[in-house]
Amino acid sequence: MVVMDNIARSARLVAAIAVLMFVAACAQTKPDLAGGNVPPGTGQDFVVNVGDRVFFNEDQSTLTTQARATLDKQAQWLNRYGQYTITLEGHADERGTRQYNLALGARRANAARDYLVAQGVAPTRVKTISFGKERPVAVCNNDSCWSQNRRAVTVINNATN
Amino acid sequence: MNLSRAVVVSGTAIFSPVLALPRFAGSLALMMILLVTPFCSLPARALIEIDITQGQVEPLPIALPDFSAEGGGTDVAADMTAVIAADLRRSGLFKPLDPAAFIQKNMSVNTTPRFGDWRTIGAQALVSGSVTRQSDGRLRAEFRLWDVFASEQMLGQQFYTTPENWRRLAHIIADAIYERLTGEKGYFDTRIVFVDETGPKDNRVKRLAIMDQDGANVRYLTRGDELVLTPRFSPTSQEITYMSYSGSDPSVYLLNIETGQREIVGNFPGMTFAPRFSPDGQSVVMSLQQGGNANIFKMDLRSRRTTRLTNTAAIDTSPSYSPDGRQIVFESDRGGSQQLYVMGANGGNAQRISFGPGRYSTPVWSPRGDLIAFTKMHQGRFMIGVMKPDGKGERILTEGYHNEGPAWSPNGRVLVFFRDTPGANGGPQVWTVDLTGYNEQRIDSPAFASDPSWSPLID
Repeated sequence: MVVMDNIARSARLVAAIAVLMFVAACAQTKPDLAGGNVPPGTGQDFVVNVGDRVFFNEDQSTLTTQARATLDKQAQWLNRYGQYTITLEGHADERGTRQYNLALGARRANAARDYLVAQGVAPTRVKTISFGKERPVAVCNNDSCWSQNRRAVTVINNATN
Repeated sequence: MNLSRAVVVSGTAIFSPVLALPRFAGSLALMMILLVTPFCSLPARALIEIDITQGQVEPLPIALPDFSAEGGGTDVAADMTAVIAADLRRSGLFKPLDPAAFIQKNMSVNTTPRFGDWRTIGAQALVSGSVTRQSDGRLRAEFRLWDVFASEQMLGQQFYTTPENWRRLAHIIADAIYERLTGEKGYFDTRIVFVDETGPKDNRVKRLAIMDQDGANVRYLTRGDELVLTPRFSPTSQEITYMSYSGSDPSVYLLNIETGQREIVGNFPGMTFAPRFSPDGQSVVMSLQQGGNANIFKMDLRSRRTTRLTNTAAIDTSPSYSPDGRQIVFESDRGGSQQLYVMGANGGNAQRISFGPGRYSTPVWSPRGDLIAFTKMHQGRFMIGVMKPDGKGERILTEGYHNEGPAWSPNGRVLVFFRDTPGANGGPQVWTVDLTGYNEQRIDSPAFASDPSWSPLID
């Protein structure tokens, strides 16, 4: 039964990965599939089915087309679940100086905030904070990592998960 | 100078309160007496001296035989000599000679040097000394600095202190030798505050820490449960200003490193960062983030009054005063990319001073006033450089994958900065480079270390 167990576990894993990849590709079209175990309106729902982060070009705080699409979905979700407040965390990659990156991260968080507010999210629900280059999520030494670190992350503050 | 006159300096004048650490508890009294020498009837003339205005300096060969240990229990005599030699060597201006080559053995402060023996091994300067543990438990340290070619004493001093102070005393002696031979103030009896970094790169724990300028006596000032950045020494008190994430907004704080007392600087609506003291220690200048813009504000620490110094839709940050307090250099991307600007201390009339290729950041004005040091980024390289306050005469002192955040030694001769290494296992370490661009030295630290800031000279 050990073999069977392993196969079963692997199958589950593959399925989970496939779902994740699928979700990443077109999250809004498949809430049922992806969110099979994710209750709607939870913090997990927001992360998995909406997408909690947007990315920026080097030394930029302009929202890309992709970033605006993600923020549109975030705004829809936030407008639907009005009980939540959020913190927008702005981040920079490591290829800048510390003080400037604090301001750059703030600029990014602010750009995302302004966009959400323009889509109807009440400003009183939104707080921003910058971490500059202090909290990277990817640590390799090239732009595949640095591009993941140049981000604004929408954190649901009072989520029940 | 009449060397027959003994000068006694009171302990409190020499020792700053920062030394009221546990290791110095109750031991602040230190006396310095200029040694009267029986060997020297003539006024000492500086026959040997180092010209440190040149680009690259040939280090001065100096002999530092171990100080003699008198009175038993003075195990620190050799250690003190080693600390003095290490200070002088690290400055790049001196070459301590190998003791194995010494012909005259068993030197003490009262030994008459056989100058021919020291000339033979190429010494130009000689330091002899003794350390005595007195019956009252105190340490007496004496030294003489000799001009080997002139066969003359150049300097003689005597100190009394408690044994725990031996390391500090060694730095004081090294400063005295440095000053006598270079004509400039030393910087060895100083400390560096920095950020200690531990843990993985994506979850670093950062603590404020302080160490002697040679990396010894590391002490932690915060516990690591809050993110802390960019500590800067007060030029006049035992305080640092730094940025912390302990409150709802990341903000600038003051920390008394003697008492541990901490307070927030001002009550600003938003993140404050990049703090630095004014030269009189009475104000802190910093950035306030407002939406997408950062502007520079000043807070008077006595009146608590805040003053806005810049007002642009840009990132204005990293302000640093000129030593006369009349001007402020800062970085701004108001022209499209990070560049350096100089404005009056009350704001207004900012003039761009950096025009080379690349981006310029973290300017800091030399305590001598003649130069501004900065971080420069160009084509993926991070450099430390200096330029004159009018932007002319730019020189890059070091460059590589990532060099950042220069800070000046109190004599304006050396820059301390951090150098980061790439990748998941990479991390910053603190380095120094002197104004010539030669003589890079890494300062040992227990873990990764960043954001160094040098203490002022202690009077």
